[in-house]
Amino acid sequence: MDPDFLVGLILLLPIAGAVFCGIGGLFVPALRSREGLIGTIATSVVFVPFLAALFLFLNFEDEAIIAHFFTWMSVGDFSVAFEYRIDQLSLLMTLVVTGVGGLIHLYSVGYMKGDTGFWRFFAYLNLFIFAMLNLVLANNLVVLFLGWEGVGLCSYLLIGFWYTDLKNSAAATKAFIMNRIGDFAFLLAMFLLYRELGSLDFDVLLTQGPLLGEGVLYLSVFLLFMGATGKSAQIPLFTWLPDAMAGPTPVSALIHAATMVTSGLYLLARLSPLVLAAEGIMAFIAIIGALTAIMAATIAITQNDIKKVLAYSTISQLGFMFMASGVGAFAVAIFHVMTHAFFKGCLFLGSGSVIRAMHDVKHQLDQDGEAEGFDPQDMRTMGGLKKYMPSTRITFLLSTLAIAGIPLFSGFFSKDEILFRAFEATTAYNYAWFAWIVGLITAFLTAVYMMRAYVLTFEGEERWPSSNRITPHESPWTMTTPLWILGILSVVGGFVGLPGVIAHGDWNRIRYFLGEATGGPVAEPHMEGHVGLGTEWALMALGSFIAISGVFLAWRWYTRHGLDFDESLSRRFGRLYRIWENKYFVDEAYDRVFVRPIIGGAEKGLAPFDQYVIDGLVNFIAFFTRGSGFVLRYIQTGVVQTYALAIVFGTVLVMALMLFG
Amino acid sequence: MIIPHLTSLVIFLPLLGAILILLMGRTQQAKWTALVVTTVTFVLSLGLYIGFDPAISTAESPQIASVFAWFPDAFDIKYFVGIDGLNLLLVLLTTLFGPIVVLSSWTYIKKHQKGYYALMLVLQTGVTGVFTAFDIFLFYVFFELTLIPMYFIIGIWGGENRIYAALKFVLFTLVGSLLMLVALLALGYLAGDAVNGGIFTTDWYKLVEYNIPVETQKWLFLLFALAFAIKVPLFPFHTWLPDAHVQAPTGGSVILAGVLLKMGTYGLVRFCLPFFPNAANEYAMMFAILAVIGIIYGALVSRAQPDLKKLIAFSSVSHLGFVVLGIFAFTPEAMQGAMIQMINHGISTGALFLIVGMLYERRHTRLMTDFGGIAKSVPVLSFFMIFTVMASAGIPGLNGFVGEFLILIGAFKSSVLDSPALVALATTGVIFASVYLLWMVHRTFWGSLENEENRTMKDLNLREILLLAPLVVLMVVLGIAPNSFLQLSEPVVQDLLQTIETKRIAAEAAPLRLAAEATPLHLAAEPAEAAPLHLAAEATPLRLTAEPAEAAPLHLAAEPAEAAPLHLATDSE
Repeated sequence: MDPDFLVGLILLLPIAGAVFCGIGGLFVPALRSREGLIGTIATSVVFVPFLAALFLFLNFEDEAIIAHFFTWMSVGDFSVAFEYRIDQLSLLMTLVVTGVGGLIHLYSVGYMKGDTGFWRFFAYLNLFIFAMLNLVLANNLVVLFLGWEGVGLCSYLLIGFWYTDLKNSAAATKAFIMNRIGDFAFLLAMFLLYRELGSLDFDVLLTQGPLLGEGVLYLSVFLLFMGATGKSAQIPLFTWLPDAMAGPTPVSALIHAATMVTSGLYLLARLSPLVLAAEGIMAFIAIIGALTAIMAATIAITQNDIKKVLAYSTISQLGFMFMASGVGAFAVAIFHVMTHAFFKGCLFLGSGSVIRAMHDVKHQLDQDGEAEGFDPQDMRTMGGLKKYMPSTRITFLLSTLAIAGIPLFSGFFSKDEILFRAFEATTAYNYAWFAWIVGLITAFLTAVYMMRAYVLTFEGEERWPSSNRITPHESPWTMTTPLWILGILSVVGGFVGLPGVIAHGDWNRIRYFLGEATGGPVAEPHMEGHVGLGTEWALMALGSFIAISGVFLAWRWYTRHGLDFDESLSRRFGRLYRIWENKYFVDEAYDRVFVRPIIGGAEKGLAPFDQYVIDGLVNFIAFFTRGSGFVLRYIQTGVVQTYALAIVFGTVLVMALMLFG
Repeated sequence: MIIPHLTSLVIFLPLLGAILILLMGRTQQAKWTALVVTTVTFVLSLGLYIGFDPAISTAESPQIASVFAWFPDAFDIKYFVGIDGLNLLLVLLTTLFGPIVVLSSWTYIKKHQKGYYALMLVLQTGVTGVFTAFDIFLFYVFFELTLIPMYFIIGIWGGENRIYAALKFVLFTLVGSLLMLVALLALGYLAGDAVNGGIFTTDWYKLVEYNIPVETQKWLFLLFALAFAIKVPLFPFHTWLPDAHVQAPTGGSVILAGVLLKMGTYGLVRFCLPFFPNAANEYAMMFAILAVIGIIYGALVSRAQPDLKKLIAFSSVSHLGFVVLGIFAFTPEAMQGAMIQMINHGISTGALFLIVGMLYERRHTRLMTDFGGIAKSVPVLSFFMIFTVMASAGIPGLNGFVGEFLILIGAFKSSVLDSPALVALATTGVIFASVYLLWMVHRTFWGSLENEENRTMKDLNLREILLLAPLVVLMVVLGIAPNSFLQLSEPVVQDLLQTIETKRIAAEAAPLRLAAEATPLHLAAEPAEAAPLHLAAEATPLRLTAEPAEAAPLHLAAEPAEAAPLHLATDSE
């Protein structure tokens, strides 16, 4: 089949689905209640592109395919077209987006059942897939940016999906604006690169970009990374992501865990030759990534909202991936993007399944009038759910073990590879030491907070009110099927990237698929030093030990002491714990330093300034003109005698001046 | 098939319609007549689009032109209209808004319907004339013609404070346009001497041929630019705009934002740049800074407004700042961006005002605090609003992005401005736009429905959907396929920039001493002291040669051409 046709199909089906659900639902109210129809169409317009992408993947022959549709803008020297690039990197991302995306669509059919905005939800979700595919398939920065802002828009619409609660809308607005701050930097990077290179096509950027002067190169990579910090929730622009949990849980799984938030890593991987040439910025990326990873992990330990734990976990894992990019392991970052899509997608969907069940509990409590203050997302009122939700529990446990990095689970391979590459990079870059050590600590913390979340949710005693009467139920098959598929992928998904020490490198399909050395699009740094086989085994053992001990300790602490263990942690760490609990007070600081001065300044400074000073000046001129007319009109009395008198006085005055002047 | 004089037909058909409405007895027929006339005009204007061929150069003459001499022999003032790449889309935008405005006023305007629709049609003739005039005197006539109907539309059908707003609107514009008239007359005499055998001329093509001495350019440029800056409006001349918008009826606001403001930016591109290239270059930075102040200032002040219409009015200050920045960057990217952004702003802001008007018609309030949660009661209206907001915020794929992006990317590489930092500041407008627009959506559309009146509000009817639909479709078309539109103006923009550059170099090459000594500079420098005709009379170099000063202006104007400064310049070599 013609690749152009397939690419067209992959891109157009989701947007057609969005138009059908959105415009159809808006103007044909009868359609809104046809949940089966909407669900089927919305899900198939994602699964068919998945199959098309799979076909392209299987028939891929190491040569990038460019699908050119039509010119977008062509002005002066500037020209940009709707042109898409099929290569190893974009194929892998397309498979993740449509594959995981399709599963989450299926899951949503069950999760959103009965919601009055069912049609709207799927319209947004399809639109999101369309935007995300533009992002990963684009062959130039401008089309990528179309996807980049498009996913931001869908994220806005979906976070604020339940718009009757202004809190959700505020979270959505915050996410959009913070993303826009990143996009501002992204735009400047495009302006700069265009000025220097005269084109924003990837071919030009990747071949001529690395040859740019150091100043321009550093600045443009820095700006692109700043753009990435917005979309991928890194320091300093991460605070929107925890708030974004206000959206429906499938949205959190799809957009805020598996796909959109990984865009920044895709961007760096796509432009890896450019990034690699800017060594100073690489260090910056690694350090920001490492700091974000450990910061978010410490916060995650203290959170009680199950989705907030996962949100901070996502920020932390994304930091981990940026750390990988910062040491030049772009392909490994993408590997972790993929495994993370599996296990974090599964964890979020699992939490959604739990929340749905707890909503049922709340509903029953409501009938007894006991639901006061009951929060269906609070782990403190969960516990013991394994009895009632076996599928959810097992898949949640599998993905918890995967994210913790227990050997042979998918997360193990990708995470261990990142740590190994950081260690390897220490031979070339000093900052890699920092990344490696912080990475190890974060790995331990990850194992702890995820096991804590699992135990508090599924093990131990039931802690919701009247738990002897009211019992939650397992979710329907449309929800558990995606859970099982993602759960299994979380276990086996890592085998595509076996570490070199086990399989002599050849079996690291990911690296040898994406990497430059084998014709892939992702650049790799050239390391002088070499890490011996023995060291590699030792490092792997260390990584495994950290993961296992983290999981084991958390299991023991929380199964034995339950919630009390949080108390003892709080006592032991004192002020530090308070800082973690309050998310390092970043939101408050931003509010005080940026939001309030700017908004307050506009409301109390600029608006009155405009009204009283600028417009005041105008009105003053008008007033002055009218006032002088008001005074002067008394001269025009119309009484002839007065005029005659004035003439006499005038004549006398003139004569006097002539005589004596 | 090209209908001869089609441009003139498109200009004057609405005027005929207006006369027809006034002659008719029944009030009820007024709006139907207006609808038919504007629709026919729009369909005819599509003929301009079909008939216009961007491949044919308009360097010598516009296409589909009509020319009639106005004052044969004595003055070279003509009725001269036509189409080129700069004005085609603006004309189409104007004619498109014709029926939309009529439809939007359908139930909104209850009193004096005949007068209202007649004035709207006169206004359309004025605006179309402004965009198509190739004689600057004719341009001036049309420019002033737009003032009168707008004055009455605000003053009669406006809100509580309408008289104040109408007067402010007129006085602001008049201050600028009268000064422009002075500059126009001076320019006509100077150019007449230099390139038209001593006959006063306002023919655009002849004026473009004339290389004005650099010092003279500055004064003429500033007078012209002031008139246009007020119209745009450029910070700090913007305070008439919020008042006019808030007080005007919906139709007035839509026309004001949709097309009237573009007369300012269009004037800058059409006249200020090619006539006074050196001055435009020299003052480019000043205008760019004012534009960037406008972008940020407009956005921030917009965020502080409680009134929906005021919020959108200030957003216009911000958005048109981008256009002015694009104009003064002197790169094809930015200039093309400015051209397409004029259209985009017209479409999106026009749509925003239409929707706010629909809300006002239902609730008789525009305060955001009176709304909240209405996405639930009026989903279709909310859809149109949020869609338009996204277009206005510059989401790629919709129209606003194309203009802003081209302007910024072009301004960033501009060697005239040479200030990436300034462009970076302008780019923050992208952030602030989302701040005030989403804030508006947040307060108005999201939240729970608490007010009973909001809960029972009716959603859009078919008429309202039909009048918004073309705008929304255009937002998408201009967003993903703007290239066919950009190609219409590409050759003329390239020509224009080339002309500017050539003229700029030519004027700089002229000996400075002579340019400085030539009297025109003197007189143009003191315009307030003398009446225009006097000015021109004294402006001739003849005074240097001690000719009697009392000689009649016309006689002087007919003096041999070698007296002109440029000829002096060549003589001295």
